[in-house]
Amino acid sequence: MTNALQRLNPLRPEGIALLLLAAFLGRAIWWFAVSDARDTSFATEIIISGLLAGVMYSLVALGFVLIFKSSGIFNYSQGVMALFAGLFASGFMTDFGLSPFIAIPLTMVVMVITAILIERFVLQYLVGQEPIILFMATIGLAYVMEGIGDLVWGSDVKRLDVGLPSGASDFMFDCCNLYVEKLEVSAAVVAAVLVAALMAFTQYTRIGRALRAVADDHQAALSVGISLRTIWVIVWSIAGFVALTAGVMWGAKSGVQFSLSLIALKALPVLMIGGFTSIPGAIIGGLIIGVGEKVAEIYLGPTMADLFGANPNNFTAIENWFAYVLALVVLLFRPQGLFGEKIIERV
Amino acid sequence: MKLARITAALAVAVATGAAALPAAAEITVPSLVYRTGPYAPNGIPWANAFQDYFNLLNERDGGINGVKVKVVECETAYNTTQGVECYESTKAEGLVFHPRSTGITYQLIPKATTDHKVIHSMMYGRTSAANGKVFPNVFNFPANYWDAASIMLKHAGDMEGGMDGLKGKTIALVYHNSAYGKEPIRTLEKLSEKHGFALELLPVDHPGQEQKATWLKVRQMRPDFVFMWGWGVMNQVAIQEAASVRFPMDRFIGTWWSGSENDVLPAGAAANGYKSITVHAPGASFKVHEDILSLLYDNGKGAGERDRVGEVVYNRGMLEAMYTAEAYRTAMEMHKTDNPTGDQLRDGFEALNLDQARLAAIGMEGFTVPVQVSCENHGGPGLGAIQQWNADSKTWTLITDFVGADREIIDPLIAEDSAAYASENNVEERACN
Repeated sequence: MTNALQRLNPLRPEGIALLLLAAFLGRAIWWFAVSDARDTSFATEIIISGLLAGVMYSLVALGFVLIFKSSGIFNYSQGVMALFAGLFASGFMTDFGLSPFIAIPLTMVVMVITAILIERFVLQYLVGQEPIILFMATIGLAYVMEGIGDLVWGSDVKRLDVGLPSGASDFMFDCCNLYVEKLEVSAAVVAAVLVAALMAFTQYTRIGRALRAVADDHQAALSVGISLRTIWVIVWSIAGFVALTAGVMWGAKSGVQFSLSLIALKALPVLMIGGFTSIPGAIIGGLIIGVGEKVAEIYLGPTMADLFGANPNNFTAIENWFAYVLALVVLLFRPQGLFGEKIIERV
Repeated sequence: MKLARITAALAVAVATGAAALPAAAEITVPSLVYRTGPYAPNGIPWANAFQDYFNLLNERDGGINGVKVKVVECETAYNTTQGVECYESTKAEGLVFHPRSTGITYQLIPKATTDHKVIHSMMYGRTSAANGKVFPNVFNFPANYWDAASIMLKHAGDMEGGMDGLKGKTIALVYHNSAYGKEPIRTLEKLSEKHGFALELLPVDHPGQEQKATWLKVRQMRPDFVFMWGWGVMNQVAIQEAASVRFPMDRFIGTWWSGSENDVLPAGAAANGYKSITVHAPGASFKVHEDILSLLYDNGKGAGERDRVGEVVYNRGMLEAMYTAEAYRTAMEMHKTDNPTGDQLRDGFEALNLDQARLAAIGMEGFTVPVQVSCENHGGPGLGAIQQWNADSKTWTLITDFVGADREIIDPLIAEDSAAYASENNVEERACN
């Protein structure tokens, strides 16, 4: 750590980034110390909202991590998988009148069948191909799944009510004058359970160990009798389950509609920060992005106005791209992300 | 399920295909649709209504003045590049285009003018296209965005006991961060100078799935009113967020593209009381709907789902088709032809005079306001009313009469903006006699 700090050059991008970060944190601490209760309460609200929004991004990012970790495929269709699962869940509930307790397991069955079909008709023909070929295949897959979803369920906005509490928490409003969205708190609980379950699954089950073996070394795993095709079906099924969770949460928040597939764009900076191979990294990355973009959206404009007399309105609607700025800053220090595995290739 | 409906439609098409006869003389109307992509929930009912209205004319009246109409759809996915491609691929047979996107409209304005085609960007697109002297081939009647901003403000003024009551108040504009969303800013700035209210601008990036920061700002600044210029998922999320931060729904007013069933239904009960401006009545209780249902849907010829006839976006698509049909009819009668040219059709648009009697004759009495267009005025009467959502009955209800915009503010802005366009593009103002 000391060596790393000694190597830091304040004139290089990483040095400048660190100095800016230190300046920002210093100013934030000073601001918290001198601000009145209303302002600090507002800032607290922003941080809580950012953390909760970050969890929602993490739910999408987890699916990317699972597939990338076990097969090296960057699954471009993960966002569409969330939409696809959301469409089936809402379709089963609204068109067939099924309760969420039946509709969600039924959707899971659909996702498993989808995983089998993907393996059978796409992946098995691409074993050993370059990662870019597999990536392109997932782009095609995204469009096919979107088309099938549209064909089967139509393009209307669908309400998805799985019984989760939604709206602002009255308790937090009354006790602390804080706006906390109940659905996002539910999502945080679900994400925590999901991560714990995924970690336990990969650490303590036979299939989980096989997944890790494949992730570590395909060839070695094959040599000890692990079937790559079965593993891929399992991994895509689990990613389907994660997509279903994300689809249900985002669908409950804003209705199930085709713009849901674009949430994948929110997951990308999360992955860049957390690393493409780390489940905890997806969560931490989500939290950093969630808080970072909210803080930037609200405070960057006034800060630039204070410091440089700039027009604060020029620094609005920056949430989307600011997330990528944060990700790029992290890449300067750790190209593999905060929790990703360092790639060492021998020449 | 949609799949079942598609299968049935295909079966009917295959069964009846053999009996199809060679087409007689007909008018081709291109329809630039977006049945796919993130904005499809609005694009589909719009496209269906457009199709249904012309099918109704063919079924009920034998077309326009006896000439059948063929609607040719081209998918834009609400993408500007695809929209321009659609224009290029259909301009050989079509004379009038409805881009259904402000971005596409901006691209098509110079092309259509050169090609002698007509653009009807109904209630969207470039607002100053209302000046027919500078934009001879572009129409945006019956009202434009600047009219909408002014009428929404009038309603806010009424709620405060008159326009003087707006002095010292704060109005936040939550808008889609695009050419479309930015359209009302200049007008609202002018109106804020006139009436003494503070205007706060809160842009939301496409598509608007995540707006937490925006609504935290609203919660902090506590504006007296929030106006919204949104589209698609942005509307649904905004309405839910507004409810979550406990912003009073009756002080949250959307533009006409932020006021359909698609926008309020996902929010459930929380959307109760939300308002938006409109230029036509909601619901399916008019003679024209009766005809569409009995002549098309009862005979399996409807373009969409029966229970969606009468939804806000559906009604708007129907209105758009009606204007085009009436402009064709006017052009045919003016030039005594069954096959008008682009310039003749433009004359038809400019001579359009839809009075109460004509609206009654086409089954739209009470559905919308009379419209008169002229060579100078391509923007129509600029009237609008406010509708309010009832989450219990799941219906919109008109709560005001149709009122006009503040012409003292709007007309000079149109003149200024169109003059700037003319100067930038070396367009010579034409004379209107």
